[in-house]
Amino acid sequence: MKALLKTLCEAYGPSGSEGPVRELVRAEIRKLADYVTVDPLGNLIAVVKKQGKSGKKVMLAAHLDEIGLVVTHVDAQGFARVQASGGVSPLTCVGSRVRFANGRVGVVGLDARRDDMGKIPALSEMFVDVGAADRASNPLQVGDVAGFTRPLEDLGQRLIAKSLDDRVGVAILIETLRALKRTPHEVAFVFSVQEEIGTRGAGVAAFGLDSELGLAVDVTRTGDTPNGLKMEVALGGGPAIKVRDSGMLADPRIKDLLLLRAREAKLPTQLEVLEGGTTDAAAMQLARGGLPVGCVSIPTRYIHTPSEMVDYGDVQQCVTLLLEFLQKPIEL
Amino acid sequence: MTAFDLLAHLKTLCAVPGLSGYEGPARVVIEAAWAPLVSAVRTDPLGSLWARRAGHGPAPRPTLLLAAHMDAIGLMVTRQEGDFLRVTNLGGIDARVLPGQLVTVHGRQDLPAVVGQPPAHLLPLAGREQVTPLPELVVDTGLPAERLRALVQVGDLVSFTQPPIELPNGLLAAHSLDNRASVAAVTVCLRELQTRAHAWDVLAVATVQEEIGPRGAGQAAFAAAPALAVAVDVTFGRDANTRDAAHKSFALGGGPTLGLGPNIHPGLHAAFKAAAARAEIPFEVEAMWEHSGTDAVAMQVAREGIPTMTIGLPLRNMHTPVEIVALADITRAGRLLAEFAAGLEPDFMSRLSVD
Amino acid sequence: MPTRPLTRRSKPAQALPPALDLELLRALSNATAVSGDEGAVRRLVLEAVRPLVAEVKVDPLGNVLAVLPAAKRDAQRVLLAAHMDEVGLMVVDYDSDGALRFEIVGGVSDRMLLGKPVLVGPKRLPGVIGATPVHLLNAERKATVVKAAAMRIDIGAANAEAARRLAPLGERATFATEFAVLDGALRGKALDDRLGCALLIALLRAGPYPVELHAAFTVQEEVGLRGARVAGYAVAPDAAFALDCTPALDLPDSRGRENTQYNTRLSAGPAIYVSDGRTIADRRLVTHLTRTATASGLPYQIRQPGGGATDAAALQRAGAGVPVVSVSVPGRYLHGPAALVRTADVENTLRLLHAALTGWTPKVLKP
Repeated sequence: MKALLKTLCEAYGPSGSEGPVRELVRAEIRKLADYVTVDPLGNLIAVVKKQGKSGKKVMLAAHLDEIGLVVTHVDAQGFARVQASGGVSPLTCVGSRVRFANGRVGVVGLDARRDDMGKIPALSEMFVDVGAADRASNPLQVGDVAGFTRPLEDLGQRLIAKSLDDRVGVAILIETLRALKRTPHEVAFVFSVQEEIGTRGAGVAAFGLDSELGLAVDVTRTGDTPNGLKMEVALGGGPAIKVRDSGMLADPRIKDLLLLRAREAKLPTQLEVLEGGTTDAAAMQLARGGLPVGCVSIPTRYIHTPSEMVDYGDVQQCVTLLLEFLQKPIEL
Repeated sequence: MTAFDLLAHLKTLCAVPGLSGYEGPARVVIEAAWAPLVSAVRTDPLGSLWARRAGHGPAPRPTLLLAAHMDAIGLMVTRQEGDFLRVTNLGGIDARVLPGQLVTVHGRQDLPAVVGQPPAHLLPLAGREQVTPLPELVVDTGLPAERLRALVQVGDLVSFTQPPIELPNGLLAAHSLDNRASVAAVTVCLRELQTRAHAWDVLAVATVQEEIGPRGAGQAAFAAAPALAVAVDVTFGRDANTRDAAHKSFALGGGPTLGLGPNIHPGLHAAFKAAAARAEIPFEVEAMWEHSGTDAVAMQVAREGIPTMTIGLPLRNMHTPVEIVALADITRAGRLLAEFAAGLEPDFMSRLSVD
Repeated sequence: MPTRPLTRRSKPAQALPPALDLELLRALSNATAVSGDEGAVRRLVLEAVRPLVAEVKVDPLGNVLAVLPAAKRDAQRVLLAAHMDEVGLMVVDYDSDGALRFEIVGGVSDRMLLGKPVLVGPKRLPGVIGATPVHLLNAERKATVVKAAAMRIDIGAANAEAARRLAPLGERATFATEFAVLDGALRGKALDDRLGCALLIALLRAGPYPVELHAAFTVQEEVGLRGARVAGYAVAPDAAFALDCTPALDLPDSRGRENTQYNTRLSAGPAIYVSDGRTIADRRLVTHLTRTATASGLPYQIRQPGGGATDAAALQRAGAGVPVVSVSVPGRYLHGPAALVRTADVENTLRLLHAALTGWTPKVLKP
């Protein structure tokens, strides 16, 4: 799975421009599902049809998109002013390298003279420098979107990469689909768009699928760094089963079933209460007449920086947990 | 029909927890009260309770949906720190009223507890003079750490368990009157409809997760596709604490409020005024200039759009464990809903206009 | 989900060039229609639209939904939305001296209100939002922005009962500005989005098109895009365009620096959105618009990505999802008593949309 993770994490795919990473995923899963389709907003949906009479219609979601920067203005000297696309912290930007859809790479620079030199600079005091001599020779236009660019580092047990949020979830779904031999359920694997800017893709995908329950696979924060968040989730503690986050409450029946399946498979798990952040599950829950949802999360340090970190064991155990969940009956 | 003890019904409703997302215990009690009054009950995918009374009109009959949210605000355990629990809010908690509150921790068993205020010298330097924010408070069961660890885990719920207090002039002070008081109003309505003919189907829905949304009412409206939807919820009661917001607060005992604004269909507002006049029920008009802050926000924009109305019960000290409501207002709201439902003619929709 | 009706071919009509009806725009701008109370504009729209379309109806929230059948078979369904509501005020209480207390509906800054004339209620009673005489203020108060909660509307009523009779609780009020044609410019209140409504009516008049054109004149955009949400669900289009107005913040920076946050500029043409605070436009629709503009020799600008929203945000999430894009006329001083737009920008926006609809083929939405 590490090679897949490397390809996925290093791929370009900010919200609304998920094309390149969508095509990578489509190539991986083409032969694994009964049918594959792309919906009006660009969600990639792969369905494994029901093999038993008593199965449920299940929707799994992991989002393709990553955070990025969008060009708002190119000045006369050829520097581009930018806005955040998704939760970009200005702290992570200065000196970062970004890449646009056409492959052009730039550096994020900082206004040397600012109104308040004591404060953390705002994004409006930064710019992207692609090395253009002036506005005329700058290939960028207002509206162009860049993602951060950084290679994945394999530390053995731990991995560092940009966009583990949520390419790790994407990889987990692909591996689950690959390993899924027998399931009584009809399972839709949804690789969703535009999650980072408001969980926009998953909601419409849920409407279209009209499933009976849903699970999102995404990252969550941890409390295991120096002077860290007061949070009980840590790297290496196993996949986190979400109780709630700032956008939704997991259906207690799904949470309990995930805990049961984890116990049966002797997998470690952690219970997650996340303050400040949500996932596709929040949007899925509101589809149509309501969709019972849960979420399995990969504990991740340094979320929304170009160097996020996960524990590889957590990632592998998450695949095992999903397989347990899907291969056995689901009674709510 | 036996005489209805509204006070006892309200106390039963408030005696059970039913926090947003975990409404189960409240649903059981509400189902027990509503099931004898309707022809069919069910629970929907997100946990809302549906109770349908069939009308006598010719099929296909339009449906009037009455929504009263059954969830209440509370707290949730985020971690254990020694003998103490740290918590986060479920819904709009007012940190000012927390220190010293009586609560119950719903772990492997129900554990009576107290919200503890740490002494000032243990709090962060900045803001010591101000209200202590929720992350700095503790919930204390009195148990030592090892016992606590065996009984409580991350995600367990903590509810308020202040016993209700009967006050003079037919007032009741209790926690969770937001929104169990409205549930009781719907009970009154369903009871009244036992002896009144109504052409339309009346679908009472005890909705979930209003306090963190609404997340539930819109989904019920999508599935039920009613022709009309009414949200019954509490509104601000007038007292010394709401003096600065005179137009947003209403006297207890003056009857329910009728909402007016973009979230309310003007034709429905007029029809409710007429029903109140017919049944001689006092009311106040409640100006809601943008949205109503109720389940009606979600129900109005379900499917192709649904004409919605809001009925408000004046309530003092909202979102504290000492909310106060006038029993007479609950009865009046229930009777108003029944009068409106009974007065709905089969062709009402053809005469309902937004202009 | 609603089923789609068969696409009917409409009679091939004489191809009229699209033209803006300034007198209709004047009536639309002057009409009072605050979010949730759009009746006055709804009547004008219904009257203008009925003779132009095959079917028109008013939905449960008050949206006007009209259908202009396609000029060819098997046409795709395209929805255009413009909102009828404007930001304004609601009467919520009465002082004993007859003054009206109000709350703001939609986004109006407190700064825009003080010392302005208003019209109250369906009878358009004239009133003013008064202010303490400046002679009576100390330096600190002169510099302090007055909050709306401290302001009152004076309709000249003698006392609270008289005021309540003249302006019952819940009545809406708007700025009293009269629409005016300036030299190459238009000035009026509620140009956001009566301009969009006028453009949509002009487009209906200049049809038919190779698409089944659904026109949604929506309600309650300013309080949460609520009309568009149900209209999108009901129509279930293949693509949707929101027609709106967006701020032109192209004023000079007082520190002499370049203004790099202007959102849009006057005279730079129709503003096409690639993204705003709540929507990322479908790239194919953006490309169709920019290609059409270039081929037709029309100017256009890309609205700076950033905050704000249009009905497109609600339309995009209808049902199983809809590709959307917004096109706006740039305007200065929106959400206030007197907005300013340049006539050329309005006409170019109309021409661009007309050309985009006329030049529509199934290739536009090819994956």
